[in-house]
Amino acid sequence: MVFQRSEKKIFISLVDVPKSYIDSDMIEKLSNIFRRRIIIQFESLSLDKFFDPIRDQYHSTEILRYFIFNHSISDGDKKCIIVRKDLFIPILTFVFGEAHLNGNYCIVSTNRLCERFYDRTPNVEIFKERLLKEIVHELGHTFGLTHCLNDLCVMHNSFTIEDTDRKSIYPCESCFEKLDEVL
Amino acid sequence: MEGKKITILIVDDELIVRESMKNWLEEDGYVVFTAENADDAFNFLGRREVDIVFLDIKMPGIDGIEVLKKIKSTYPFIDVIMMTAYASINTAVEAMKLGAYDYLTKPFDPEYVSMLVKKIVSHRDLERENVKLKERLESALKQVHIVGESKGIKKVLKSIEEVAPTDVSVLITGESGTGKEMVARAIHYASMRRFEPLVVVSCGALPEGLIESELFGYERGAFTGALYKKKGKFESANGGTLFLDEIGELTPKMQVDLLRVLQEKEISRIGSNKTIKVDFRVISATNRDLRKMVEEKKFREDLFYRLNVYNIHIPPLRERKEDIPLLVEHFVKQLRRRMGKDIEGVTPQALKKLMHYSWPGNVRELENAVERAFVVARGKLITTEDFSFMGNEDDKFDIPSGLSLSELEKIHIKKVLEECDYNVSQAAKVLDIDRTTLYNKMKKYGISKK
Repeated sequence: MVFQRSEKKIFISLVDVPKSYIDSDMIEKLSNIFRRRIIIQFESLSLDKFFDPIRDQYHSTEILRYFIFNHSISDGDKKCIIVRKDLFIPILTFVFGEAHLNGNYCIVSTNRLCERFYDRTPNVEIFKERLLKEIVHELGHTFGLTHCLNDLCVMHNSFTIEDTDRKSIYPCESCFEKLDEVL
Repeated sequence: MEGKKITILIVDDELIVRESMKNWLEEDGYVVFTAENADDAFNFLGRREVDIVFLDIKMPGIDGIEVLKKIKSTYPFIDVIMMTAYASINTAVEAMKLGAYDYLTKPFDPEYVSMLVKKIVSHRDLERENVKLKERLESALKQVHIVGESKGIKKVLKSIEEVAPTDVSVLITGESGTGKEMVARAIHYASMRRFEPLVVVSCGALPEGLIESELFGYERGAFTGALYKKKGKFESANGGTLFLDEIGELTPKMQVDLLRVLQEKEISRIGSNKTIKVDFRVISATNRDLRKMVEEKKFREDLFYRLNVYNIHIPPLRERKEDIPLLVEHFVKQLRRRMGKDIEGVTPQALKKLMHYSWPGNVRELENAVERAFVVARGKLITTEDFSFMGNEDDKFDIPSGLSLSELEKIHIKKVLEECDYNVSQAAKVLDIDRTTLYNKMKKYGISKK
């Protein structure tokens, strides 16, 4: 079986996030997993209107909604928005990210991926690996993948940073097979 | 999730809550519907079978408690979870008395809600136990990908099938790299505890001074540096499976402590007098001869018998060489997906070379060898030349004499890091240690990329 690469693209949109967060190794891995070209772009967007002063967090669903209604994207292309702010959805205390299941958009926050958040010494390698896993996870949802029971699969739900650290950057074989059907 | 999908109905007058919960639960693979009031909810329940209802306790015009009563009297098999923005003990108690499964205050802890739904799913599965068993086993084996057709591996699969539905302790034995953790995972995913956590403890990797706090957890201020309270591994495994890898490396003191936990099924965090009940299944693994260690008084006999209720032995790869072609095919397929390289397999000559090697590092060594060859391969098939790093079977690892164990460790870590171009994740994988341990060792030995 030969895997065909798609003409469709994946945009990684950085909102107030330095380009150095996404290195060439991450781009290559993302491109291999989703078999698409990865394009990094900067988004000049103020997140203030999505801020909830009571929770001191930013409403991820509203940010996604803003992109869905205000940005045009070619059908089949995907966009992953990366922000530094802490995200929430109304029913949960926080989220690492959120995705539009089977849609075009997803969002990832880097806020809780840094060791500094846990009062530990920052480590760039660990941070980048976590960021890559969260991007793959949320993009996986946009391709229709749901949470996987296997705690080593990237589609396993992360409730804590330890969950993220335990899992691989790759989908398990079952999730890869599901991905094959839609790629 | 296999079989029939669990259907959830969310009843809440706030659109934003309905949408958030729907999106979030759909990511877990459930079928989710919403209703904004009680009338819509009952209309829906009359038309479609629902497993779980999330019900807001305060909605305009109707009391959620009244809705709960009506749901439980008409549809007693539906599990109802009440939601509220304001916690009130009296309402919570009333809801639970009326048959609510649980009572949540917004915003929810994501882990708690997810576990709650999984618990309900797991109970519902229990009721359909016999139908589900075969299906569950197939799904578990698909998850972990135990590959092979040999008599030895078939025996292992048969054992997993036999022991998974029970709750007995399992001891997995086999040389390093044979896939003991994979077998443990297969048992967990095929068991009734699969929706609960699988907690892995690598007994050999736990530093002497940290074993107790890692396993038992601690309260804030229990010792210098205990800034927060922390759950230990025993507590984290509650309801699920505790996998104790390299069990032969446990210190005599920890053997006593572990035996006590297994007998009494309760623990206390360090710095606390409160006992916490724990219920988990134990799967342990070792590459050492535990029976011999018992004879030599290095391992407690009582603990050995408690852990070794059911034994699964995984044969080394050299004793099941007929599995090598299937394993190679599996690894190539996996790497092709991960690396996006259009490689279809290995040449017959290369396969012959792999079949003639003795694989002291077993399946893990084979996996690493295929990965290295895959990276350097230029054609559609991996050739013998791509495996040239394997050398000849007679090649010996050249160890300078008079080295201490830590000097040898430093040399080996440096060599592997250089081979992996200082990619720490890849080097950690080759060395079979986690990344944090490798970082610590690099710091200890002053190793860094020049």
